[in-house]
Formats: sequence, structure tokens, C-alpha cells
Amino acid sequence: MDGIHDMGGMDGFGKVVPETSEPPFHAAWEGRVLGLQRSLNYAGALQIDLMRSAQERLPPQVYLTSSYYQRWELAIERNVIERGLADAEELAAGHAKRAGKPLKRKLTADLMHEALTRGSFFRQAQAPVRFKPGDRVRARNMHPPTHTRLPRYVRGHVGIIERQHGCHAFPDAVATDKGDDPQWLYTVVFEARELWGPDADPTIKVSVDAFEPYLEPA
Amino acid sequence: MSVHEHGSELSEMQLRVRALETVLTEKGYIDPSALDVIIEAYETRVGPHIGARVVARAWSDPVFKRALLDDGSKAVRSMGHESRVGDHLVVVENTPQLHNMVVCTLCSCYPWDVLGLPPVWYKSAPYRSRAVKDPRGVLADFGVRLPQEMQIRVWDSTAETRFLVLPMRPSGTDGFSQERLAQLVTRNCMIGTGLPKNPDEVH
Repeated sequence: MDGIHDMGGMDGFGKVVPETSEPPFHAAWEGRVLGLQRSLNYAGALQIDLMRSAQERLPPQVYLTSSYYQRWELAIERNVIERGLADAEELAAGHAKRAGKPLKRKLTADLMHEALTRGSFFRQAQAPVRFKPGDRVRARNMHPPTHTRLPRYVRGHVGIIERQHGCHAFPDAVATDKGDDPQWLYTVVFEARELWGPDADPTIKVSVDAFEPYLEPA
Repeated sequence: MSVHEHGSELSEMQLRVRALETVLTEKGYIDPSALDVIIEAYETRVGPHIGARVVARAWSDPVFKRALLDDGSKAVRSMGHESRVGDHLVVVENTPQLHNMVVCTLCSCYPWDVLGLPPVWYKSAPYRSRAVKDPRGVLADFGVRLPQEMQIRVWDSTAETRFLVLPMRPSGTDGFSQERLAQLVTRNCMIGTGLPKNPDEVH
């Protein structure tokens, strides 16, 4: 969706202000939110693209005024309710009123190797690879109303395939409950002048990692 | 944009998170002690020192460096237990002609396995919006000025690939041990918003 989260190239947010001596967490609840996300992900109840999709659907004013872990918390709540893991009444009460649904597995303290290792997104290819390094491609002009990982600032622009990363689970499908729908993934590199116009700095190139359905030959 | 300064919102979040955690625990979905261990790991064990060791080894060992650039995940895994890196780590090399910088414009994807928790600035709207359009301006915010003819490559982490910048080894470090070299490797130089320290900046 064309949401506020897709902010590459927007102006007006000001300077980057690095914090000195930044603590791991700024409040204890932030760590709990991280732990909840890891636990539900391990349980098979909260894939990363469901987390992203829920954040993207936050009202823009909420998105912009919430901290990173606040957005995570809101996204977990929304997924918990939408997936029927708990209801709003239970979250408001702070107690379960009905039994839980069976989940695939449960993360426990003795399984930290699993909790700290990212899962693989490689999937079995469903079709031959279409592009090879050096090919010219155009990022499609597409505006799905649901989750996608093709940022607006490259849509319609021509770039070069630089790398091929194998076949991966396709976020657009995962976030809409259509399964993994595996797709080939490529690094596509664009000249800044192609993206931002002839006045852009000629020494700058920008790449995105784009799934094959995002691309067409150019 | 942070709301951390507002005490009332902070306590509201504490209550809200506690309610969520309690419900999910009572439902049998999560084990609170697993949360404790995850938090402890990110507070104490998983951090940019892991990436720094990877970089220092690449600076010292050309065979490892080649393997790292060919397959980042595989090469980092070969270093052993300290780096439980997942698939899809891509290491990109800075050269005298090319500077790499990593961003995630759509959310805040970051190589947690090798750098630990992402800093607030990396997740902030100013960085995410500007890095792809005005990387030299962003570098200036970090006090970094590159030669005007230096090529800049910005990697937007739009899939599950994760990027780590291999910075250039500072001059004046001949004969340094990997341990000593690792002290020169900052988190920001592995994101591309900084450069390694000079040897005279560390003891």
C-alpha cells in the first residue's frame, strides 16, 4: 500500500540526530515487545511480513508519532486480534477469558539458539529464473492496496540487475494469506539521476532488492 | 519523534505491554522466561563487536575476505558460536573509489545477527527518507565528508537480504592483531554512516 511507511525520498523530516551512549532499550517494556515478537514468530503465528503489514496500516499520524517499539506493540496487538489469538476485550482486561488456539510450537528459554537465529527465506523455485546480472529492467508501476516491498521511489524507473539472490518467500503473498508463492529475488541498481532527475549527483547509485513480479524487461 | 520523554505515555505503554504479555501467557502461546533470555542476549551478547571481529578478520585474512564477499552468511558462520547468523547476509566492500551505505526505507531492516539492536537514528524518518536521495547530506549529519568524486552506493534493504559494509582498513595498522584491528571498527562504519577509527584514537 502507498502508506506513510514508504518514506524513501521524502523531504521535511530534518537532520539525522544520532544519540550518544544509546542504551539497548529506552524502557523495560521495549525489550518485552521484542521478546513477544520473537516468541510469536517462533510459534508460527506472526511472520515478519504480517508485522510489517500491520504497521503500514496504522493511521499515518499514529505511525509518525509512535516510537519503533510502540509500532511493534500495536502491530502485535492487531495481528493477535485479526488472527483470533485473543480478542480486544481480553487485551483491554489484561487477562485471557477463553482458551488459546493451538500453535505450531512454543519458544522456551532453553531454545535460545532458535530464538536468536533468523529463519531462512529461501524457498523451492516454481519457475525458471527470468533475469540475469546485467539485464536492464523497469520496476513496474504498481500500487497494490496491500503489503508490498517495492518502494514508490523506484516504480516506473529503469535499473540494472546486479545480483540474483535465489528464490524467496514472496512478502506480498505471505501478508495476504496466499502462502509463500516463492519468487526470484534480485538486487536492482539505479542511477540517482534516473530516480531523482538530471540534477541529481552523478556519483550516487541506489539499489533495492526486488522480487521478480516487481520487474519487467526494459 | 520519540515519545520516550513523556512519562505518562511510558507508563501507559508499560501497562499495555504487560496486559498483552499476560494474555498471551495465559493463552499458552508464550513463555515469559524466554523473553527474559532474549532481552539478556541483546543487552549483553549480541552487538556490533561481532561484526567488528568479522571485519578485522577480513582485513587480516584475504582468503576469508574473499569467502565473506562471496557468501556472507557462510563465512560468518564459519567463525563459530559467537555469530549465529541467519541466511541472506551480504557483505559489501568499500574501496578507494566506492563507499557503501545501508538503509531500510520501508521499515528498519538491519543485520541484527552481526550488529545487535539497531540504533534509534537508523529507524528514524530522517534517515529512512533521506539516505536514498541525499546520502552525502546524511553523511554530513554524521560528520563524514567523502571526496566529491567518490562513488556512493546506497543499499535499500527491501527484502530479507541484510547488508554489512566492509570498510577500508585504516592506514598505519600494519602488523596489528585482529583483536587490535577490531577496536577500530565502529558500528556506524559497518552501516556506512561512519569510517573506522584511526589507530591513534585507541590505545
